[in-house]
Amino acid sequence: MAKYLLQRFLYMILTLFIVASITFFLMKLIPGSPFNTFQKLSVAQQNILLEKYGLKDPLPVQYFNYMKNLVKGDLGVSFQFNNTPVTELLGNRIGPSAILGLQAMVLGAIAGIFLGTISALKQNTWIDYGSTFIAVIGKSIPSFIFAGLLQYYIAVKLGWLPVMLWKGPEYTILPTIALAMFPISIAARFMRTEMIDVLGSDYITLAKAKGASFWQISFKHAIRNALIPVVTVMGPLAISLMTGSLVIEKIFGIPGLGEQFVKSIGTNDYPVIMGTNLLFATLFVVIILVVDILYGIIDPRIRISGGKAK
Amino acid sequence: MKKSKLSLLLVLSLVLSMFLAACSGGDKNEGKDTGKNEGKDKPVTEESKLADKQELNVFESAEIPTMDSVLGTDVMSFTTLNAVNEGMYRLDQDQKVVPAGAEAMPEYNADKTELTVKLRKDAKWSNGDPVTAHDYVYAWQRAIDPKTASEYGPYFMEGKVKNADAIIAKKDKATAEDIKSLGIVAEDDYTLKITLERPIPYIESFITFQLFYPQNQKYVEAQGKDYAKDAAHILYNGPFKMTKWDGPTATEWVLEKNESYHSAKDVTLTKINFNVSKDPQASANAFTAGEVDITPKLGQAAIISQFEGSKELIQYQEPSLFWIKMNEKNKALKNINIRKAIALSIDKQALVDDVLANGSIAADFLVPKGFAFLDGKDFREGTKPYLAMNKEEAKKLWEKGLSELGVKELALNYVGGDTETSKVSDSFIKNQLETNLPGLKLTIQPVPFKIRIDREQKMDYDLLFTGWGPDYADPMTFMDLMLTGGDHNKMDYSSAEYDKLVRAAQTDLAAKDEERWKALQDAEKILIEDDAAIAPVYQRTVNLLINEKVQGFAHHAFGPDYSYQWIKILK
Repeated sequence: MAKYLLQRFLYMILTLFIVASITFFLMKLIPGSPFNTFQKLSVAQQNILLEKYGLKDPLPVQYFNYMKNLVKGDLGVSFQFNNTPVTELLGNRIGPSAILGLQAMVLGAIAGIFLGTISALKQNTWIDYGSTFIAVIGKSIPSFIFAGLLQYYIAVKLGWLPVMLWKGPEYTILPTIALAMFPISIAARFMRTEMIDVLGSDYITLAKAKGASFWQISFKHAIRNALIPVVTVMGPLAISLMTGSLVIEKIFGIPGLGEQFVKSIGTNDYPVIMGTNLLFATLFVVIILVVDILYGIIDPRIRISGGKAK
Repeated sequence: MKKSKLSLLLVLSLVLSMFLAACSGGDKNEGKDTGKNEGKDKPVTEESKLADKQELNVFESAEIPTMDSVLGTDVMSFTTLNAVNEGMYRLDQDQKVVPAGAEAMPEYNADKTELTVKLRKDAKWSNGDPVTAHDYVYAWQRAIDPKTASEYGPYFMEGKVKNADAIIAKKDKATAEDIKSLGIVAEDDYTLKITLERPIPYIESFITFQLFYPQNQKYVEAQGKDYAKDAAHILYNGPFKMTKWDGPTATEWVLEKNESYHSAKDVTLTKINFNVSKDPQASANAFTAGEVDITPKLGQAAIISQFEGSKELIQYQEPSLFWIKMNEKNKALKNINIRKAIALSIDKQALVDDVLANGSIAADFLVPKGFAFLDGKDFREGTKPYLAMNKEEAKKLWEKGLSELGVKELALNYVGGDTETSKVSDSFIKNQLETNLPGLKLTIQPVPFKIRIDREQKMDYDLLFTGWGPDYADPMTFMDLMLTGGDHNKMDYSSAEYDKLVRAAQTDLAAKDEERWKALQDAEKILIEDDAAIAPVYQRTVNLLINEKVQGFAHHAFGPDYSYQWIKILK
């Protein structure tokens, strides 16, 4: 296990290095400068700024300097947030995005697995049709429509919850629900398909023949096995939820990463583009590792340490 | 994937907001009193009419990138600095320049190149230090010092403040001596002498700009890199002080009345809570729910229409002008008939009425309406519309132009913005041009703002949609843009006559207001009507929602968007 983890860790470093390099050169292909004022400044005035921030250096030199600082843990400073260190910016912004994403993920997973399971168990009944309907709605209608409707009816019309902003637990409810619609539908769809598959397999028939009860079969044998594909899709989905949803964050005025990342690209804020991309990449490789380890726990047939299966 | 998702999102959000508009139409129009509300109210004098709690909730559409007045380049920074700090002069509710940190308006020498400003002696920083002339000298020197890398320091001072050019030219090699040669000295603790390169008729409004605010040298240097990093690392000398702001990434901040402000007795508000909301429909929702008193600017027709006729919808024209640049490096656009045809064939009225539908006005001019005044008379008064739409004339000129070029068809690219508003208006313009000018094929290239600037500066375009907001209250902030070889021309336009008039307005006529005004009006006519160098399109109108109980809200044409210090909340 330790050897496996070390090996994975080295691959992770290599992956991140490649991601950083590719992002760096792709990003430099975007035309324009990171300065908002270049429409107004004269060429001489522009050059003072470009030189000060090392943007006139040849690209390989800039790359080398960035990588050197990166190894030291220095991600540079943001242009759009006047000299705020990128680490500070990401640190401030990841919190709300992560909380919101995690809540949406947990709600989505629980509700989705529940819906998927009952529709598989009660196949072709109104319960099945109802939950499939919810799944289709959740998948096909974009989250900002839900966000807009929830905001308008629950907050403005009924006044039950705050319209927007991020000041306490009650402020997280509407955005969490809006964001959870997608994971709910994904989890429900996968769960239903897998459950139906598993329920038709030989060992379930065997369990039935041995006289195991309905609940025993469902919980002990079926659900556990049906979870594997769900875990596979939910891992990467968790990342995309936790790294911020541009639209939901905008509608509910949440100070998260989603909007920031998109804006940093639109404004050529190089250090922020790099920092955010590296953060996303790091989360991704970590989650993939976690998912791989989870497989072993859910399905005893999968052994990550390799070879030594009892 | 991302892109298609985004465009889908835009379409659906439009649909959604229309749906919401329909929902809210019924209960929003209770106050039947229409008529355009311009945000100016009668002063409230009776104390009894004031609410007990003088606390205001405001939404802004962006974070504050910096609170260092020397480094600020954006309207959020300017607006906040204007609330918590103060320079020699400030703009009042009627856009008039009035003394603030100064005792009176400046005194001039004979040729108007030297200003003497007496400062008031009762102005204090929030740490108790007096605000002195040295604080101004320090801030100005810091702004021009290439080591500070201020963006607006050189932009504002070059060619205006004595010796600024020489300091900029030396770049990193500028010594302390060089910096001290900048045309501002403290004659004593409360007297400033400012020396200019040439007389500047608009100097008084010019130095209200936040860049020219004082900074306390001892404090700034003691804080070093930490200066202005959050609310606790700034000194205040304005009507308010910041009591909460965690730095440039913060999405909420709080201003409270500054009791040590010299005119604190004139400030009624005790507290203003700011939050950032980047979604206009959400801001409007929060306004409807009573969670906010002042919304950010709402440009979208779908949102504005929900509040049509409401007393709480404030509309005013801002001096931001938009036009189509025609790159004369392109052989076809070098032809004046082709340029005129393009300028004449766009139905700007339909664009502002039906496409933008936010109160913006069609522009047959470059210097905006309601922006520059001489003795109370608008620059626009007495000028004719230039290149107003004339489709027949356009077609005639177009055919003439094509035959001069010896072609039957013309393909041009058109660089536009990537926002929803610009996409819609650019499509409209494309349709107008292609319909009215047979044989024209236009390819729209929607790009983000920074890329548009880049392509403009590299002159990598045929037609380009651009705009400009003023930096000071004088037509010159627009009129010097197209000088031959100028940094903002970037379309190969050159007219000796236009250059002569603008240069004269900058130099010889600087002290002769009437003649200078006339010269600038003539230059504008040459630029647009005679040469069709640019095709003006529209002047933007601001729409925002303000709670009826909020009185005394003031908006400005340049620098800060708003002033909060005269606001009172009624019962």
